[in-house]
Amino acid sequence: MPAETSGLSRRRLLLGGAAAGAGAAITLGAERTGLLPGSMAAASVDTAGVNGARIVPFHGAHQAGVTSTPGAHATYLAFDLLPATDRERLRAWLRLLTDDAARITQGRGALADLEPELAVRPAGLTATFGVGREAVVRAGADAPAWLGPLPAFPEIDALEDRWSHGDLMVLLHGDDPTSISHLARMILRDSRSFATLRWRQTGFRRAYGSDASGTTMRNLFGQVDGSRNPRPGDDAFAAAVWAGDEAPAWLRGGTSLVLRRIAMDLEGWDEVGREGREAAVGRRLADGAPLTGGSERDEVDLDATGPNGFTVINPAAHAARAHVADPAQGIVRIGYSYDDPVEAGAVDGEGRPAVSNTGLLFGSWQRDVDAQYVPMQERLAQADLLNTWTTPIGSGVWAIPPGCEEGGFVGETLFT
Amino acid sequence: MFTRPRFLTSAAVAVVAAATLAGCASDDASATDPLEVTDPWVTTATPEDMMSAAFATLTNTTDADITIVAATSDVSPEIQLHEVVDGAMQEKDGGFVVPAGESLVLEPGGLHLMLIGLPEAVVAGDAVDFRLELADGGTVAFTATAKDFDGANEDYGDEG
Repeated sequence: MPAETSGLSRRRLLLGGAAAGAGAAITLGAERTGLLPGSMAAASVDTAGVNGARIVPFHGAHQAGVTSTPGAHATYLAFDLLPATDRERLRAWLRLLTDDAARITQGRGALADLEPELAVRPAGLTATFGVGREAVVRAGADAPAWLGPLPAFPEIDALEDRWSHGDLMVLLHGDDPTSISHLARMILRDSRSFATLRWRQTGFRRAYGSDASGTTMRNLFGQVDGSRNPRPGDDAFAAAVWAGDEAPAWLRGGTSLVLRRIAMDLEGWDEVGREGREAAVGRRLADGAPLTGGSERDEVDLDATGPNGFTVINPAAHAARAHVADPAQGIVRIGYSYDDPVEAGAVDGEGRPAVSNTGLLFGSWQRDVDAQYVPMQERLAQADLLNTWTTPIGSGVWAIPPGCEEGGFVGETLFT
Repeated sequence: MFTRPRFLTSAAVAVVAAATLAGCASDDASATDPLEVTDPWVTTATPEDMMSAAFATLTNTTDADITIVAATSDVSPEIQLHEVVDGAMQEKDGGFVVPAGESLVLEPGGLHLMLIGLPEAVVAGDAVDFRLELADGGTVAFTATAKDFDGANEDYGDEG
């Protein structure tokens, strides 16, 4: 950028608040002033908190956290049932947690909530509950064959118990981390008599308003991540996600969640040039389009060959190995980045004190883990160029019961 | 156990909460009951303390004041109608009056039903049935959800 332009921009930026007028300046204060790049217009400011007031209905045929677009922030909680939590106690617990979620996601305090003001800006907050095999057994219901730990993938796995499994899983996602924190707190408070917290994991995407609505997320490798992902409302989404007649009756209208905590070696990735990074995935970094051309949402052409006779997409590229011809047989991904404090004593691949503890909370919805998730994971474990820089360190599988109507509770179908 | 400063803070917050809940409650209130009971809950009780407190929002849908003179429940041999004055609980003289067309909020740090001498524990998630007896001889029944709650540790005064 030429020096004059840059100087002008800087001056305009500094003057932005004053230029907006005295009244506006008082309203806006110093926050959120500035200029949009390439234009003389000041960025507009949301003085109403429109997105904060957004409510995703809690009740319905499916759990709202599956059917809604993933929010900017996510918190996963996993619990271990106390020995005394039998069928009746499990039912009471699910009722309590459903009540907390049904109230706080709708913007009002829970029962016995001493901080109800924290609930008034839900910003699309959703709560999704999932049960592990032990919870299904204690409820006295039939567990699907796939409900339990995934098969081992010794080529890639370095799983740690502290990030894996759990008898009950809660996923909270929305655009406001304060609302998420408040609901998590109520859920934790109301769980003391029934279970212990096994682990808690938090993740993020770009903040609400940073990207245009509908933009595919980027992971911390800088890759556009999830371009071919079916979206809620698509036919392919419904076909891939909702359990039908093949599932136990209590699960119909529900789905399953696989959560993998995938550590990403950013220091190792630093050593890879741009071309190598794109080849590892099979997509352009700039816009996520396949290396065979087109735009982000276009299909990757695995057969196209270059001048040297080799395929343009490396057969071991992530996009090639993860490819599923029929989206109904694939999975629907819900990914969140994590960037946590470095753990004491951690070192990087060069033996230096680690500076990164980053990765991806890779979640996926599918109606049948064995039919949809496992075959894909087997292919990726055998060969995926990305495996050089990624390591699964946590893993869990839960059945996601259908939604409930007002007066009911999530998981009620387990007790019929 | 007498955490008075904390209690005073929570009482101030609960006033705002009550306004929110009452607003929601009016949406699904049926017009037939003289006294609507919304968002009822009761604190869990351990075998050691054998005391509990119940809370709710009571809305008078009529154009005459309603006075609650007593409350009963199968889980407790005695229930007192309590108020909190200067951080200490005491029985409310004359019962609870719900003014015509208005709501009365029973909340931690304020008016509440005090369950005394429970023979068995009330555990989280229990559904506890209550019956309010009105001055005109009528009764109002409701079911409260039991929740673990660290607050509501008011000074029990001479009764403690």
